Amino acid sequence: MGVKEGKGPQARWFDKILQDDYYGEKTFEKAESKLLKNSITMAIEKAGLKKQTIDVMLTGDLLNQLMSSSYMARDVSIPYLGLYGACSTMTESILLASVLVDGGFCTHTVAGASSHFATAERQFRMPLEHGNQRPPQAQWTATAAGAVTISQSLGRTDKPLCCITHGTVGRVVDPGITDTNFMGAAMAPAAFDTIRAHLTDTGRKSSDYDLILTGDLGRVGKKILLDLALKKSSQDEKDESVFRHFRKVYEDCGAIMYEDCQDTHAGGSGCGCSASIFAGRIVKEMRAGKYKRVLLVSTGALISTISKQQGETVPGIAHAVTVEVM
Amino acid sequence: MDALMELLKVFVTGGLICVIGQILLDTTNLTAPRILVIYVVAGGLLTALGWYQPIVDFGGSGATVPLTGFGYTLVKGALEGLKKEGILGVITGGLKSSAAGISVALVFGYIIALIFNPKAKD
Amino acid sequence: MKFQKYANSFKDRPKYVSNCIKAFVAGGIICLIGHFIKDGFLSIGMNQETAGTWATVVLVCTAQLLTGFGVYDILGKLGGAGCSVPITGFANSVVAPAMEYKREGPVLGVGSKIFSLAGPVILLGLATSWAVGLIKWVLQIIF
Repeated sequence: MGVKEGKGPQARWFDKILQDDYYGEKTFEKAESKLLKNSITMAIEKAGLKKQTIDVMLTGDLLNQLMSSSYMARDVSIPYLGLYGACSTMTESILLASVLVDGGFCTHTVAGASSHFATAERQFRMPLEHGNQRPPQAQWTATAAGAVTISQSLGRTDKPLCCITHGTVGRVVDPGITDTNFMGAAMAPAAFDTIRAHLTDTGRKSSDYDLILTGDLGRVGKKILLDLALKKSSQDEKDESVFRHFRKVYEDCGAIMYEDCQDTHAGGSGCGCSASIFAGRIVKEMRAGKYKRVLLVSTGALISTISKQQGETVPGIAHAVTVEVM
Repeated sequence: MDALMELLKVFVTGGLICVIGQILLDTTNLTAPRILVIYVVAGGLLTALGWYQPIVDFGGSGATVPLTGFGYTLVKGALEGLKKEGILGVITGGLKSSAAGISVALVFGYIIALIFNPKAKD
Repeated sequence: MKFQKYANSFKDRPKYVSNCIKAFVAGGIICLIGHFIKDGFLSIGMNQETAGTWATVVLVCTAQLLTGFGVYDILGKLGGAGCSVPITGFANSVVAPAMEYKREGPVLGVGSKIFSLAGPVILLGLATSWAVGLIKWVLQIIF
């Protein structure tokens, strides 16, 4: 985790907090790569596994051509599949890794994602030292990485393990937002679509979950998603029962990543946001018995620097995975 | 008293020009670099219409320090060039009059960029 | 468009009034500093134009140094347009992108990125001056 995240309310859950966002490297890109590398190595160690036994790792980040992930993969030499799902990468990688494991193609896999404020900012927005004001709806790309191992069986462990039981691949939903600072609004409809599809497919209600956690909608996007759910429920009886108590179980990683006083405006964003909170906090809490069944819905805004300049709207995507304690 | 009045004029003129920029920033999707471009072009056009000179006469540095003043210098240079050397003066006049500002910004900026590293924000 | 409006109703409005006051004060102060520098050069016997040019040079260098030390972005956050519209903001937007591309080399990194924000400003300003000059030239011929 980066320095700023280490000063936030979630700090006590993270395994390693940096003293310096350069992480002893010459560039921020290398720092992000090292961050991801460390989090993957730690995930493997914690599972009591060895690097050589990992069949495949699926990771991604926000940079062009997945720079951080690819260079991380060069260094760790584990078979590697690079994924890009914007900030939804964490659930995308977990989902695909569990499919590979469930299908019997792999025994041990690692899924992870990373983001870095400085690398994302320079690619997507303004130079760091440029004196400008961020609008109130803007979000702060989290400097963070998170990784989990997904295996067929780890044998006996002293604490219960988490299992991926369901996965829902999301559709790209484009609500027509052109303001690239307003990503919460661009992603909220996609998150809503995926959650609704997931609940309808599985025949569950939102109250069947102890926690429904979206990735990085931020404070504004969170409000929009809650309102969308409420509106839909008031229109349709079926949706009403599906989304009953949604407000009670719903939370957003971006909205809880920072304190209000940290001046991030609408909260955190980036692949690392949901990756670190899920791998750092939720998994630990689940294994300690706080939650039994969690739906993780990482959300992504599929923008590129080119689409932005060409005046395209910002399409959103969200994937969901159900995690249960066994 | 006159000196104080002059300072007040500079302050108010400069301040008001910036407030227009702030309103553009807050109410539209325009980003800061676009606003800079708009300011330079607007300053140039106002100068061409003869409306910016009175503002400069009134506000002094308050009108020349904001980027509209950069447009003012460019257009004034081109027009002076036209008077002296005809069409060639139009081509050279703009850069000639703003040469100091542009040269310093680029070369000194280059040196600074080579010396300093960007800092992560927290 | 409908969704955009709906979504906009959820976001916080920018603090228009306080932002404008900050921009007014910041912009005013920067212009005043420019004025004092110019006065200083006038008092050592320079003419109006030279003093004005020197004031620009000093303002640009100061803003770029502050950018290098990582101070200008903080000022910019406080002052908003008050810090980005004056010539100092232009100087900041010359250095800021260039600094970030140091590892990409002094030629294609810093050398080209130095124009990424400032290039359009210089180019379009120059184009405006051409357009104005040419129109004036045509008008002179006709009348």
